[in-house]
Amino acid sequence: MSDPTQTSRRAFLRGSAAALAGGAATAASAGTPDPLITEVQSWASGLGEGVDETPYGLPIEFESDVVRRNVPWLTADPISSINFTPIHALDGTITPQGCAFERHHSGAIELRKEDYRLMINGLVDTPLVFTYADLERFPRENHVYFCECAANTGMEWAGAQLNGVQFTHGMIHNMEYSGVSLRTLLEEAGLDAAGDLADKWVYVEGADASSNGRSIPMEKALDDVLVAFKANGEALRKEHGYPVRLVVPGWEGNMWVKWLRRIEVMDGPVESREETSKYTDVLADGTARKWTWVMDAKSVITSPSPQAPITHGAGPLVITGLAWSGHGKITRVDVSKDGGITWETARLGKAEEDSKALTRFYLDTEWNGEDWLLQARAMDETGYIQPTKDQLREVRGENSIYHNNCIQTWHITPDGEAENVEVS
Amino acid sequence: MSKFLKATVATCVLATPVFAEGYGLGREALPEEIQAWDVDIRPGGAGLPEGSGDVWTGEEVFADYCAVCHGDFAEGVDNWPVLAGGFDTLADKDPVKTVGSYWPHLSTVWDYVNRSMPFGGAQTLEPDEVYAIVAYILYSNDMVDDDFVLSDENFAEFEMYNEGGFIVDDRAETEYTIWRKEPCMENCKDSVEITMRASVVDVTPEETAEEEAAAQVEDSTQVAAVAEDAPAQEAPVVAALDPELVAAGEKAFKKCSACHQVGDGAKNRTGPALNGIMGAAAGQAEGFKYSKALQAMAEEGLVWDEANMTAFLTKPREFMKGTKMSFAGFRKESDLEAVIEYLKSHAE
Repeated sequence: MSDPTQTSRRAFLRGSAAALAGGAATAASAGTPDPLITEVQSWASGLGEGVDETPYGLPIEFESDVVRRNVPWLTADPISSINFTPIHALDGTITPQGCAFERHHSGAIELRKEDYRLMINGLVDTPLVFTYADLERFPRENHVYFCECAANTGMEWAGAQLNGVQFTHGMIHNMEYSGVSLRTLLEEAGLDAAGDLADKWVYVEGADASSNGRSIPMEKALDDVLVAFKANGEALRKEHGYPVRLVVPGWEGNMWVKWLRRIEVMDGPVESREETSKYTDVLADGTARKWTWVMDAKSVITSPSPQAPITHGAGPLVITGLAWSGHGKITRVDVSKDGGITWETARLGKAEEDSKALTRFYLDTEWNGEDWLLQARAMDETGYIQPTKDQLREVRGENSIYHNNCIQTWHITPDGEAENVEVS
Repeated sequence: MSKFLKATVATCVLATPVFAEGYGLGREALPEEIQAWDVDIRPGGAGLPEGSGDVWTGEEVFADYCAVCHGDFAEGVDNWPVLAGGFDTLADKDPVKTVGSYWPHLSTVWDYVNRSMPFGGAQTLEPDEVYAIVAYILYSNDMVDDDFVLSDENFAEFEMYNEGGFIVDDRAETEYTIWRKEPCMENCKDSVEITMRASVVDVTPEETAEEEAAAQVEDSTQVAAVAEDAPAQEAPVVAALDPELVAAGEKAFKKCSACHQVGDGAKNRTGPALNGIMGAAAGQAEGFKYSKALQAMAEEGLVWDEANMTAFLTKPREFMKGTKMSFAGFRKESDLEAVIEYLKSHAE
């Protein structure tokens, strides 16, 4: 095999089965002894790196293609843009921070903990200012949640467009957050001044130049919203809002304000740019839905997929993917190989308590070079079944951008390649 | 909102008592601090500072700060947002969603311009400038006459075109009732046909060595062509600068300052810091992430001499296909000349 760093990225991106087949074939043929076993290899004889070599490690060089990628034609400037998690190459459910998608409106800023301030004002008994150190003295919670951009799969409304699950479904990540519940902080400021909480809102705002701000109904604010400062056990990355971001479980990613600097208790929504001109959904007749916060149940097969083709030939095949719902737990995922005529139920590889978090599913099956139209269909604890794109279009028309949670189809061809297609 | 409250879960959350006694952490926010950060503007204009701005002032301010990306007539440059027009397109395929055609509240425009714009120079506008810019955006949408003055006093009277165009999330009634049902497992449809393929559209980004090399060849051809057109360079002379021209350049540089800094303590922002740029080799600002296009031209030896800088700032995207700089180019030769003189005045 050639040096992987020299291999054209095309092989990984388009998933050329031929480019990857060589190594697998050698290991599988039983006739001649495998030199990797019979000969002493350099790594079995010489020495590796010492413990003082890498104070903080990156993935090994052979995994250098497992990176975030962006779509340059999508936006005017990479500073106000989005990139995509390489979900085709990941397994399990936790997304490593270093390859978890980024979306910012004025670039990823660098804000020191020492310079961090969080203000709570508005209809509270005492307006307060917290330092980072103050936040660490409140009782802490740990929760795993998915964060999905409302625009995930948004480029696919009009038809199959991007040939890779990273691009069609990669505006998502799933992390374990450590932080303080927003409820605790609001109680610290006191909500007597707010009176009846039923019609109150909190407005949350970031410290970066975009000053991204969203209005959240008080019910949600007091329910499960988290002011988080750690993800997957370590500090947030700057691109995810270091040192403090908001976590709004099950709701669209734009509300998960990064570099959180201010929380205002209000008697109505601000109707900010990001909740009027953006993150609203134009229907067929031109009227638009607003406040479409919840991310409905969705699933996608991550392998095989255009960037992760079948390279091992006929025989046992693991079909795997991710499912999630902003309404709670995923209860079931079905997989179809014939474009939705027949379905079989996949195995969920998950912790029972996961709610509003990614669920991994597997279908341990066999592939013998058939043409497949591969689909996954998620079901959540409310009994909601992930719709087809046609079902969504029937209700919403074709002018939406956000909240496309349709069933995705991959066409698997006899050579093991996969292509993004739309089916009748 | 009322719909949301019907959900039993939400009601339970509100019913849980909120305790008054806390941990005694944090400190009271001072009025000056709240004033500095609490600047959001509500529908109807609550929160607006005193002030006013007219359309003609707005046109000037807009040209200085906004037109780089949004175009002189708010028509949008490249992929940057279009702010004007698009009326009655919302039900069409590919609706044009602008401030005029789509935004339901004028307060949102003021709030967003004030807090988040200009790109790379946010929170630097004076209230009167914001009023003027908003007035100009309304004018560019044919929503006001050219003698219109927007102020905190007449703000609440203004009604937006699409104010009634929004409904609160109704998925619970229009979608969930349909899709919460027993899933079909067999014979779910008669037949299946592929109706569309992503490979036909072919817009998936690809990173290949071949393509990058090809792009570089293309870029270098451009450099060569530019070099041929450019007049032969004289030996560098340290000419005395024209102070009037430098002053005019400082003014014209306002167009650039949303993205570029120059002078003492200049740092890279959206664009690289420009101290010592005149006469320098391209792509030298430390720590700035240049476009592939610029890097390729820099490797070919591009130098920011007067001829190249003039060509670049006249039509940036023609001179450098793929440049990250979103500026459309100076239309007035006098502005261009002045800016170059101003840049010369900021040698290293």
